[in-house]
Parts: sequence; C-alpha cells; structure tokens
Amino acid sequence: MLLILLGVLILHLIILVLLFVSTAANAWTVGGSSSTDLWYNCLTTNGGYHCRPASNEDWIQAVQALMVLSVLFCFFSLIAFVYQLFRLVKGGRFFFTAIFQILASLFVMCGAIIYTVMGPQGDSSASYGYAYVLAWVAFPLCLISGLIYIVLRKRE
Amino acid sequence: MLTLADLTALNQSQAIVIYTGWERHALVGSDIRLSCSFFSWRWTSEDVTFSWTYRPDGSRDSISIFHYTGGVPYVDNKGPFRDRLEFVGNPGRRDGSILLKNLDFSDNGTFTCDAKNPPDIVGRPSSVRLLVFEKVPIQAGVITGAIIGVVLGLLVLIVAIYYLMRFLVARRVFNLSVRSVPGLCPAALCQPGLQ
Repeated sequence: MLLILLGVLILHLIILVLLFVSTAANAWTVGGSSSTDLWYNCLTTNGGYHCRPASNEDWIQAVQALMVLSVLFCFFSLIAFVYQLFRLVKGGRFFFTAIFQILASLFVMCGAIIYTVMGPQGDSSASYGYAYVLAWVAFPLCLISGLIYIVLRKRE
Repeated sequence: MLTLADLTALNQSQAIVIYTGWERHALVGSDIRLSCSFFSWRWTSEDVTFSWTYRPDGSRDSISIFHYTGGVPYVDNKGPFRDRLEFVGNPGRRDGSILLKNLDFSDNGTFTCDAKNPPDIVGRPSSVRLLVFEKVPIQAGVITGAIIGVVLGLLVLIVAIYYLMRFLVARRVFNLSVRSVPGLCPAALCQPGLQ
C-alpha cells in the first residue's frame, strides 16, 4: 500500500514538474536561429540574444491561460491529495484529487490543441521544440493519474 | 597622461543617445505622433539637426522624409508622406517629433530618427516600427488574465456553494428538531432525530 502511494505521489510530482517546465521554457517552436514560447519570441543573431514579447493574438493568450491553469490545478490536486490522505474515511475515494487532476489534463489538452492548430507559421525551418512535446506528454500522464485517483481507495 | 583606451572610453561616454519608441500601433485613418528625443552631454547647439528616414516593410531602401537644420524644418514634399507630415517637435528641448496624418496600410514600416548636436555627432540612430491596424488588437495579457480569473473564480464559487449547502443542511436539521413539538406538527413531517 505504501509503495502504491509513493508511486502515485512521485507520478504526480513528475507531472507537476513537466507542466511547469512546459509552461515556462522557451522552446515551443524552434527555428534556425529563433525560438519562441508562450511568452517571448527570441532571436539569436550574431549580435546577441534579442527577445520580444510574443504576439498579441488572442489564441496565444488562451494557450497561456490554459497552461497556467493546468499547472495551478495540478498543484491544487496535489494539496487535495495530501489533505485527503490524512482526512479521508476508510474506504473512501480520492474524488477531489481526481477531479482537479482530470481538469488539469483537460486544460493541457486544450492548450496543446490550440497551439497545434493556430501555431506560428514562421520560417519553414521551424519545428516544434521540447516544451511543446512535454505538454503533449504531460496530458496522457495527467489523465492516467486522475483515473488512478478515482480507482484508488483509502485503506488503513 | 591619457592613453588611447581612455580617450575612446571618454568619447563613448560623450556619444549622443537617441530615444524613440520601439513599436507604435495605430488605426487606419488616424494620426500618430512619432517621438524622437536625444541625450547629449553638450548644450543644445544652434546647429542641431534632426532627420527622419522611412523604410517600408519588406523593402531594403530607405527614403528620407524629414530634415531639420539651421532652425528650419523641411518636410517631405515629393515622397509618400507629402502633405501628411508635420513637425511638432521642439528642438530647443531636444525633441524632434513628427506627426503623421491619415495613416494607411502602406505606411507600415520602420522610421529611423537621427539627431546630431554639434560637436556631439557620434551616436546611433534609433528606429521605431509603425504597425497600422484595422482594429486595435487586444492588449497582451488581457485574455490570459480574464480566462484565469474566471476559472479560479468559478472554482472558489463552487467550493463556497458546497460548504454553504453543507452548512444550510446542518442548520435545517437543527431547526426541524427544534420545531418537532408533539401536537403541532403532523407525525409524517416532523420526525425527530433526522440524520
């Protein structure tokens, strides 16, 4: 039982870290000399590293909001998990934790889909960076983790 | 005795520094004031000059559109801004701003201001990019903040309603057990000890 709990907790922490790195890292689209993320477009020329705030378009603001919300909800579900671990009655299910975790996975999915569909069509040498991949990896992990919490029952 | 390095360092610190905006947004048909000011260690001389050049988006050639020298401003009278350019700066206060009227999409481009304050002439011209829009784009972060705020607000609301319901149900149980006086309530309604 303790092993399962530890495993589930470690999975949750890994997901939180993945989401955080994906939201903050500057590598959603990488081109030859430019890299963009949700917040800045950066260009490496021979003069140095120039960054400009990302475009004002509506869709990137929606992606920003969804990624931030997914990080927040994952964090809330972690707190709910710790709380329910100590307060839940025997045989109860971790519903609160599961709800927040599933919502977080939903937000990541929406954010990643919007970015895929509306993504910056810059130079032809641009390809998706690791932060974008992390977002897509975090989504099924988050969903599975939420489902595990639904199935998990508190035992003594 | 000053070495060559010291001399160049001294000259660098005495270079003229020109300030314009980084980017300006405007609506089609509106007017916009492009500001240009400079900082110089010398007093503003009478031979101070301002010049603006314009490079359209996608083009490599610059065209000169404004020049101020000898106390007289010379505006564009042949180029893309003829009759649309006005000098609204104050050279005595180191301000060389120009006013562009009745903007159009073809005015998208980069405007470069170069100012010289003799004998302080070493400096880098500064550029401001003009973007002309059909409608004003939403400020960065407004939609982000709105979505996050609404979702978190809904969360707080749902949690508050949940606890309120629990609290109210507890109160109703309390009220019912107080009101269950025999003879006043029909037995079907007032059951003591409702859980």
